[in-house]
Amino acid sequence: MSNRTLMAGNIAIAEGAILAGCQAYFGYPITPQNELLEHMSKRMPEEGRVFVQTESELAAINMVYGAAAVGCRAMTSTSSPGFSLQQEGISYMSGAELPSVIVNVMRGGPGLGNIGGAQGDYFQSIKGGGHGDYRVISLAPSSVQEMMDLTMLAFELADKYRNPVVLLPDGFLGQAMEPVVMREPVTELPDKPWAITGASGRPKNIINSFDMEPANFQPRVELLLQKFERIRQNEARYEGYNLDDASLVIVAYGSASRAALTAMKTARQEGLPVGLFRPISLFPFPCEALSNLTRRANDFLVAEMSSGQFIEDVKLVVGLDKRVELVNQYGGVTLFAEDILEAIEKMIKQPAGR
Amino acid sequence: MPELDTVLYHRPESLEEHPFHFCPGCGHGIVLRLVAEVVDELKIRERAICVASIGCSVNSYHYFNFDGLESAHGRAPAVATAIKRCHPHLIPFTYQGDGDLAAIGTAEIVHACARGENITTVFVNNAIYGMTGGQMAPTTLVDMYSTSTPEGRRPSLSGYPIRVCEMLSTLEGPAYIARVSVHSPAAVRKAKQAIKLAFRAQLAELGMSLVEVLSPCPVNWRVEPVKALEWLAEHLIPHYPPGEYKVTEAVAALKKETTRA
Repeated sequence: MSNRTLMAGNIAIAEGAILAGCQAYFGYPITPQNELLEHMSKRMPEEGRVFVQTESELAAINMVYGAAAVGCRAMTSTSSPGFSLQQEGISYMSGAELPSVIVNVMRGGPGLGNIGGAQGDYFQSIKGGGHGDYRVISLAPSSVQEMMDLTMLAFELADKYRNPVVLLPDGFLGQAMEPVVMREPVTELPDKPWAITGASGRPKNIINSFDMEPANFQPRVELLLQKFERIRQNEARYEGYNLDDASLVIVAYGSASRAALTAMKTARQEGLPVGLFRPISLFPFPCEALSNLTRRANDFLVAEMSSGQFIEDVKLVVGLDKRVELVNQYGGVTLFAEDILEAIEKMIKQPAGR
Repeated sequence: MPELDTVLYHRPESLEEHPFHFCPGCGHGIVLRLVAEVVDELKIRERAICVASIGCSVNSYHYFNFDGLESAHGRAPAVATAIKRCHPHLIPFTYQGDGDLAAIGTAEIVHACARGENITTVFVNNAIYGMTGGQMAPTTLVDMYSTSTPEGRRPSLSGYPIRVCEMLSTLEGPAYIARVSVHSPAAVRKAKQAIKLAFRAQLAELGMSLVEVLSPCPVNWRVEPVKALEWLAEHLIPHYPPGEYKVTEAVAALKKETTRA
């Protein structure tokens, strides 16, 4: 096929953003996402769009805020320590209802950690991260193709809901190279009458997240909460593999789901009734689809590259009467299919509650 | 003799009929009005964007009759950078206090200047944190009282005040940097000239322009409003001398045009 191109994950995100009509990119170098920033430094000016290498991730996220406020599709990309700095701006953008896309190519943490791929920013992205009552849509790609596709989806959802959207791959996916089918560019961008474009022929527009009077501010938050509920209802995404007859379901996203898929296939060859449930949206968490699996399956194995963050949400959904176990790595260490297969076999050999 | 119905002084179109929330004797109201007058005179109300900041400046977009937005504490120059890069026909200006610009936002203002962003900054320096109740600012003078330097600012403990115009004028990016004051009618007139030149520099796409305005904060200085003006002249002006700190040749030429016109 002529439109298949071999591409690294970080580059697929950059090209996906350009296809989605990203008009402005702002970023600060941090490994393992540097290729994305470097690629944008060449491609955005080629397309006549805005590129700024900023003095910090703080400046980058606040430039995204400014670009979003004037109605542009805008993006920044970073990795874990930089994502921590950007929580301020993400909270402001959610509060001010500004659409934006933030890419966090996760690495080992806490602290400076290391540049190995990890999923330790799950809580930070899914449970909030910044101050106040808000949520961000979080999408977790597990292939280079999805790096492109979900980046494009991220821009669409950001505009649809006027909220920040986080793309949450890890360092392994950022560096991985796979064939990608190039998508058609988005040609029509939505109108944004709320944007600040100069008070010409209309009353002035103001963008803020502030009201000194709590009684006035609470209804604004209430509107946000209603929006997050609509997102929960409409935007849950996942993929299932061999779930129809599975009594043991692996639950994993991103790189961990790649290892899980391999482990599942091997287990199936061994005749074990194993399936895989892969959330694509982490907020909203695909609660209903996962909950439905509890009718058949009693065992859930959570595979994650963090210290037991993702498993908390799985436990909340599947309930206390199901066995939920953890197989994981953290600190930038790779989770292998062998680790997961071993955990599967152990779970099946030791039936629950006996 | 003008007719009785001839309006000699009026509210600028760019200033909303919205009461200021400032304390008695505060300088912010004067500075905001000067900006509104300049925006009117340059006929840029439909392109002007107020990038407000955090502190007593937080509500400034409510006072202007044109588009505006909030920015997080210290980040206004980054926000304005993006606005200008995305829509070069807009005229964004940041309106920042000393805590916002010279403490938490030091990196953003330095790098906006270093990049020579074609934006304008109005920097109101009253040497104190106003909204939070009078704590030490990065511009608080040595020995000056604040609620967080109860025995006066001691350099051994709290370091020295920052001279923003002097520091930023060492950079190549800015086109125009000036310090003015609003402690007397004559000073207010000069302040307006500087603010106008700063906006004209942006309109002429000459690069970053910044005007620091020394401004009274009687409540947190704990003096009466009139005494505050005297205090400003006696204490702030010697440490922060008004004047032009950076005028590129292009801005100098622009300024001459005004004088001739």
